[in-house]
Amino acid sequence: MDKFEPVIVAFCCHYCAYTAADMAGTQRVQYPPSVKVIRVPCAGKVDAIHIMKALEKGADGVMVGGCLEGDCHFREGNTRAAKRVDYVRKLLDDIGFEGERVEMFTASAGMGERFGQIATEFTEKILLLGPNPVKTATSEAAQRAAS
Amino acid sequence: MMKTESILEKILAAGHLAVTSECGPPRGALPDKVREKAEMLRGSVDGINVTDNQTAMVRMSSLAACIIIRQMGLNPILQMVSRDRNRLAMQSDIIGAYSFGIDTMLCLSGDHPRFGDHPMAANVHDIDSVQMLDMVRTMRDEGRFQGGEKLDGPPKMFIGAAANPFADPFELRVARLAKKVNAGVDFIQTQCIYNLDKFELWMQGVRDRGLDEKVAIMAGITPMKSVGMARYMKNKVPGMDVPDEIIKRMAGVPKEKQAEEGIKICVESIQRLKEVKGVRGFHIMAIEWEQKVPEIMERAGLLPRPQV
Amino acid sequence: MITAERKPMEELIAYLRPFRRILLLGCNECVTVCAAGGRKEVGLLSSALQMRFAKEGKPIEIEEITLERQCDPEYVEELVSRIDQADAVMSMACGCGIQEVARRFQDKPVFPAVNTTFMGASERQGVWAERCQGCGNCVLGVTAGVCPIARCSKQLLNGPCGGSTKGKCEVDPDIDCAWQLIWDRLKALGMTEQYEENIPAKDWRTGRGGGPRKIVREDLA
Repeated sequence: MDKFEPVIVAFCCHYCAYTAADMAGTQRVQYPPSVKVIRVPCAGKVDAIHIMKALEKGADGVMVGGCLEGDCHFREGNTRAAKRVDYVRKLLDDIGFEGERVEMFTASAGMGERFGQIATEFTEKILLLGPNPVKTATSEAAQRAAS
Repeated sequence: MMKTESILEKILAAGHLAVTSECGPPRGALPDKVREKAEMLRGSVDGINVTDNQTAMVRMSSLAACIIIRQMGLNPILQMVSRDRNRLAMQSDIIGAYSFGIDTMLCLSGDHPRFGDHPMAANVHDIDSVQMLDMVRTMRDEGRFQGGEKLDGPPKMFIGAAANPFADPFELRVARLAKKVNAGVDFIQTQCIYNLDKFELWMQGVRDRGLDEKVAIMAGITPMKSVGMARYMKNKVPGMDVPDEIIKRMAGVPKEKQAEEGIKICVESIQRLKEVKGVRGFHIMAIEWEQKVPEIMERAGLLPRPQV
Repeated sequence: MITAERKPMEELIAYLRPFRRILLLGCNECVTVCAAGGRKEVGLLSSALQMRFAKEGKPIEIEEITLERQCDPEYVEELVSRIDQADAVMSMACGCGIQEVARRFQDKPVFPAVNTTFMGASERQGVWAERCQGCGNCVLGVTAGVCPIARCSKQLLNGPCGGSTKGKCEVDPDIDCAWQLIWDRLKALGMTEQYEENIPAKDWRTGRGGGPRKIVREDLA
């Protein structure tokens, strides 16, 4: 029985969320290694399909990080990202997956501690939700095929 | 030169103020309910409108209820909406109605099915109320169906329509009446009036265009039963204008006196409207309060009804 | 454009459950504009369906193809090389496109992924509203460019009715009263006398009332 090590993809905008993640590193703020940060120029660059593909390929959770409300370097990217996250959450509910596996967060560049906190809380939520149902089903199928 | 045998036409032609009221048919095959309501109005009015699936709720058909009322020796006014029937069914029902001695009718669009008990129904509107007026006039005066073919036994209908001086846009409301006059309307019943100033403004526009000479306008009146009813009509009913003074007056008396206050306001309105040039009569819509109509008529000095 | 909206997921899943290999078709025209069935939407639906069926332990293969249009047989013909690799087809095009695909591939089940709704225009990003019902005898020339058949809840040709309130329809405060719009335009154009020209009863034969319609251009056919 393997221990569940979640894979969480965090799309983080260059100007704020990614810098906050970086700050967490330099400040030696602990956060779980399950969170894999991907830098994007703006949270608004993240489209619904990117989130879906991450989950389709087995990610257990996806976070999208943008600037604080009103502070987006590109004006509205964070707002658009938030709407797309809502859309994907609803789509996941429609197919019987937990919409909570996807979440939007905002931070400013200096918020290293906050990033660590968000990453930790989200990882805990994903641990409770369990592995991505796609992964479970695939491995069960593989086990059946092997036996 | 009379167009029909309609009592309403005769009374108007004789220069009297005409009075009509209303009967809503029951939501079931309950003919006695029709008889009860109509009987309450005997002697108080010149004609009894029978609504047609009002508020888009299924009720006994206006035609059937009109027949019942006609057989009581009273004077029904057939209401027909364009929402539920295509032009074949309309003409068919009009011929049928006239065959039972129903000689007065109202052409209306009808409330949208959204408001009623069958919001999923198809919303017919094959023709609209203006086109319906033209159709009935053609049947009556030219003995032809809407499609052009000859019609034997033309229905001699006295044709009415509704007008709402209180709907938006106000600046259009006289022009819309002109459209109905062009289409052949003989008489108009207005939406119930609480804002007498606005109504008089509309009437001024009507007179300026000489429309009062071409169509008989009957002022619509509905007595308020309670301040709750007044507020409901002010806030929840589209195309209704209830001034704050009315609400204040109704709210200013204790609950058990509100019905009487409503009747008072009603009678006062009638007295004021009698003085408005071009008002040729009244249409009293006392919904589920038909028993008050004789009293209102008495207090407004409109009884006894003239015999023509 | 013709507008459409994706059908509820459960309905789509029920259609596809008996099949292993699906051809999921998008269309690059109307349904792309209203974000219902273009390349992007095909990608999203494909992803969602694959995840859902994987979760059920019955993985499904989906090939994604977005045609320029599905309502022209020439474009549908492009699918010939791929159709045998599919057990069933699901199309995100409007009803016209779906039927064309079904007509061409008589032995493949073809399922709609969307409910085709109306002919409309964009009011703003993400909002589309009904404008035309294809009555076949356009009255826009006498109604100052606003259609009372498509935009009046009672399709009155001599409106407004008595329920028009502050420029909105009594049925829904989000619906503009078409006759208010017509009147405003007539005023702006200085053509208010036009309003009193009664529009006669409509001949519905040019519309759906006469049966399914066809246009034949002798010079082209």
